[in-house]
This record gives sequence, C-alpha cells and structure tokens, in this order.
Amino acid sequence: MAAQQSAIQPASGRSKAKGGLFRLALMACLGISIALLGLLFVDVFRDAFSTVGDTGRRALDGKLFTEFSTTQPGKAGDAGLQSAITGTVWLMVICAVFIVPVGVATAIYLEEYADGERWWNRLIEVNIQNLAAVPSVVYGILGLAFIVRGPLSLGNVLLAGGLTLALLVLPVVIIAGREAIRAVPPSIREGSMALGATQWQTIWRQVLPASVPGMATGVILALSRAIGETAPLILVGAAAFAAFNPGSPFDDFTALPIQIYTWISLPQPEFKALAAAGIVVLLAILIAMNGIAIWLRNRYEQKW
Amino acid sequence: MEAATSAGATPGVPALGVARRRRGEQLIRALLFLAALVSVLTTLGIVASLLFETINFLNHAGVFNFLTGTDWSPQDRSDPGYGVLPLVSGTLLITGIAISLAIPLGLGAAIYLSEYAKPRTRRIIKPILEVLAGIPTIVFGYFALTYFTPVVLKDLIGLEVQPFNALSAGIIMAFMVLPTIASVSEDALSAVPQSLREGAYGLGASKLQVSLRVVFPAALSGIVASMVLGASRAIGETMIVLIAAGLVPYLGVDPTKSAETMTTYIANTAKGDVSVGDPQYEALFAVGTTLFVMTLLLNMIAIRFVRRYRQVYE
Repeated sequence: MAAQQSAIQPASGRSKAKGGLFRLALMACLGISIALLGLLFVDVFRDAFSTVGDTGRRALDGKLFTEFSTTQPGKAGDAGLQSAITGTVWLMVICAVFIVPVGVATAIYLEEYADGERWWNRLIEVNIQNLAAVPSVVYGILGLAFIVRGPLSLGNVLLAGGLTLALLVLPVVIIAGREAIRAVPPSIREGSMALGATQWQTIWRQVLPASVPGMATGVILALSRAIGETAPLILVGAAAFAAFNPGSPFDDFTALPIQIYTWISLPQPEFKALAAAGIVVLLAILIAMNGIAIWLRNRYEQKW
Repeated sequence: MEAATSAGATPGVPALGVARRRRGEQLIRALLFLAALVSVLTTLGIVASLLFETINFLNHAGVFNFLTGTDWSPQDRSDPGYGVLPLVSGTLLITGIAISLAIPLGLGAAIYLSEYAKPRTRRIIKPILEVLAGIPTIVFGYFALTYFTPVVLKDLIGLEVQPFNALSAGIIMAFMVLPTIASVSEDALSAVPQSLREGAYGLGASKLQVSLRVVFPAALSGIVASMVLGASRAIGETMIVLIAAGLVPYLGVDPTKSAETMTTYIANTAKGDVSVGDPQYEALFAVGTTLFVMTLLLNMIAIRFVRRYRQVYE
C-alpha cells in the first residue's frame, strides 16, 4: 500500500470536481441498467396489449388461458396457452417433489454431519459449486442422453423435463438450505443434546423447524429459476405446440417458455404479439413467486 | 460444527461409557449422505453422457480436424465439415461484446452500491438488480430480436445490421450478465475492512481516491472472479443467441452479421429431433463437451479467486 499512500494528495477544487464526475459516472452505470429494464417492460407490455394481426383480438385476454396453441397464421386469433400453462404447473410440481427432499437432506448432511477435512466431503462441496455454474443447455444434454434416452429411457415426457429442471436448480436449494441451517446458533443444538436428545432428534425437532423459512425461500427461488428455463426443455424434446393438457407425468408436454419460443420463431407479426402476451403471463408468475419468497423471509425470519 | 463420529457415539457429547450404537441414527446419516451423492452423480452423469458420443464423433471427425477446422457443416452429407472453430469464434465474439459492456457497467454499479450509496438507496436499488437477474433469458431474446435490433440499432443508430446479428445479442446479453458481476464484486468490495478506508481518509484521501486506489485493489481478486463468472455465464447462455443471433456459422469479427454459437448449435440441432447415430447427433455432444470444458475451466478459476479474497479478510 506504500506506493498508493504517496500518490494521495490533499483535496483541491479540481479533485473535488473529479470526485463529483466519478460519482455521476457510477450513477450512470446503474441508470443505464435500470433504464434498459424499464424499456424492456414497456416494450413487452405494449406488444402484449397490441392486436393480434387483423383479428381485432388483443393478445393478452381471457382466450390466452382457455384456448390451446396453434402455429397456423389464420388461427392466431384463437390461440392460447392452456396446455403450456398446465405443462408448466406439472413441471414445477415434479421439480419441487424432487428438490425439496434431496436438497434439504444434502444441506443437512453438509452442515450437520460432514467432516470438512475428509476428501469426499470436500469433493461434494466443490462439486456443488461447479454444478451451480454449468450452462443450462448442458443439463439439457444430460436429460436427453440419460433421462429421455439411455439408462432411464423415459421418452419426451413431463417426468423427464421435470427431473432435468430439478437437477439444474438443485444447487440453488442446497446453498440456500445450508445458509438457513448455519443461521441456527450452536447453543440451540447444545441445549437440545444436553437434555438427552440424539443428534437426529436435535436436527428434526430444533434445527429444521427453525430453518424452514430460509429453506422455503430457497425452494421458491429455485422454482422461479426453473420456470423460465427454455434450453433444457428444448433438449429433452418438449413439444413445440400441444393441443391437449397432459394428464400424468408420463404424457408428452409443452411448457410456457417453449410455447413463447415457438411463437417468437414464427415470422408472422401476430405471433409476436402472442409471444409478448405469454411473456407477460410468465413475468406475472415470477413476480408472484418472488413476492411470496420476500414475504416469507420478512414474516418468519428468526433473529437469534 | 460437530466432528464426525467414528464409533457410533452421539456426536458432540462425550461418551460416558453408556453410549449405545444407535442403528436409526446411523441409517439416517447414511440416507443423508446418499442424498448428497446425487449432486456428484449429476456431474458424473454429465461427463459420461458427453464423453461416449464425443468419442464416437471424434473417431470419424478426427481430434485435430475438430479443434482446428474452419468449416462447420456436419449436416452436409456429401462434404461434411467438422471444424468447431466457427462456433467457438461466434461464441467468443458475442461473449466479448457482452462482457466488455457488462464489466464497466457492473463494476460501476458495484462501487456505487458499496462505497457511495446510502443504506436507503441500496435497499431500493438492490432488488431492482435482482429483478434484472431473475428475468428469463427468453425475454431478453425477445427484446433483442423485436425491439433492440430493428428500433435501436437500425432506426435510431442507423447501423446496417442483419435481422439476426451478434451485436444485438451481445449488448442485451450484457444486461443478463451484469447482475452477476455487480453482486459478486460488491460482495468483494464490502468485505474490505473499514479500517483500510479510515486509514486512507486519515491521510487526507478523497472518496474517489479511497474507492479506486485503496478499496478497489484490495478487492481485486473478488472482482476478477466476478468477471470470470460473468464470462462463463455469457458463454453458456442459449436463448438470447438462439433467438437474436441467428444460425449461420461465421468465422470473423463483424458483429453486424449473424453468428452461430456453440449453445445455439446444440439447441437448434436437438429441436430437429435427430436420431441416435446420426453425425449431427454426435456433433451435438462434441460441441457440448467443448462448451462444458470451457465453462468448467472458467468456474474453477473464479472459485480460486473468490477463495483468495475470503482468506485475506476473514
């Protein structure tokens, strides 16, 4: 630091002006990002409320929820997202059923049982850090080669899509779960054990109940990441459009982001409006989920 | 945390001679360990699924040809080209545009939030960055294709761009990457001890000098980590480029042209429902391996840098 200290001189009028300019430049960096976000929202909403071709129908209306999708330009006036919304709900349920037990169990193992000095535990930790940054399309390849075909051979069905998304967001749940467990002070555990509880009784009756809000927040954030993922679903073969609601995890399916992508890739402008309407629905679901997560965090967060 | 138990005694409690082997407790521990293994199996699954088809592909394409060839056209049945360079160059071109915009903007935002903003301002601005981080990339793709290319690049700036081009995808991708860079480097800046700042103020330094000459160098390893992570996210991003950058392999640096990336090739090939054994199906895995190796290397570098700044100040 010695070289830096010698470079520091008492503030002059010029350096004050420089300081002000620097501050403005920093604010501009943030301003540009926020402006782009605003522009994006305005553009998407304007497109979503525009009319679909010359059908006189506004894209974002009730039909979006009651009708099935189409890719025929002549029928854009009667196209909806019904099968895509059902598919997305199914995917989220499958995803949650998988990530809640596995994610929570992994978090408990790493925080309460694992000896950080052992190589296998360190391997698990580094591995989770790395998995969190693997591109989503690579998870899609895993889903295609292992779940859709190969060892599991489930085919292009909901369960394959849900499991692929689950593996993708599992690190999010584990990392949030570990933080929630770490926030429970050791004195709680020591008190419980001093009263004769076993380690598992302590975890099940003391540590877990105290960390539920943090874990629930992590699960919701993980699901809100999964819901917008498109690339892995393309790889596992979600249908470009489907005129039926899936009835079981072993049915073919489409999903909200896939449907939006299909409409975006069609050249006719009427489908652009429908895609924008789909995006508004997707964003609305996302905002609702994040709202719940924030509310959970504020309402149930325990201060020790 | 508690040390692992060796003889089955309740951990954290010294054995008083009555410690019994509790089978239930041992079973639970084993089950939890199995759950933790799922993530390791995921990695092994990724590596295995990539490896088999990649080896098949390299057997008839040739390793040297794959890594140095400049023609990518595995779909061409009479004269297929198996050189991955055009896809790598397209990826790097778009990533380069994205991070050269995201790094200054993200660092500026991070320095402002960590050094200048009042707590009230931070409480308002940080959620906005989280919203930006949470927007599905397909939405960015839509925005790049239907608004940024035709309205901003063509009409407003007057650039002669193709409808699908690297520039628009890269610029919009910058805003997808920006929250990562801003939040990781803000963590690093905030971890710099207050005493360093106070020391510099005590010597008469201005806020600008403290931020740039004391805090910034002290947080450098975390800042480098944020940039590397940002680059890794940009390389692996699929939907923005699939929608806005087009599907033409292009070995060059003109950003107004369409440029296919590794991720685009993977997604677009899978969409066509290719069958097992088809050279295109194998090519998809070979490109996937290239992408996986590149992002894995970047992630390891980032993890190393993050660990370094944690060691210094914690």
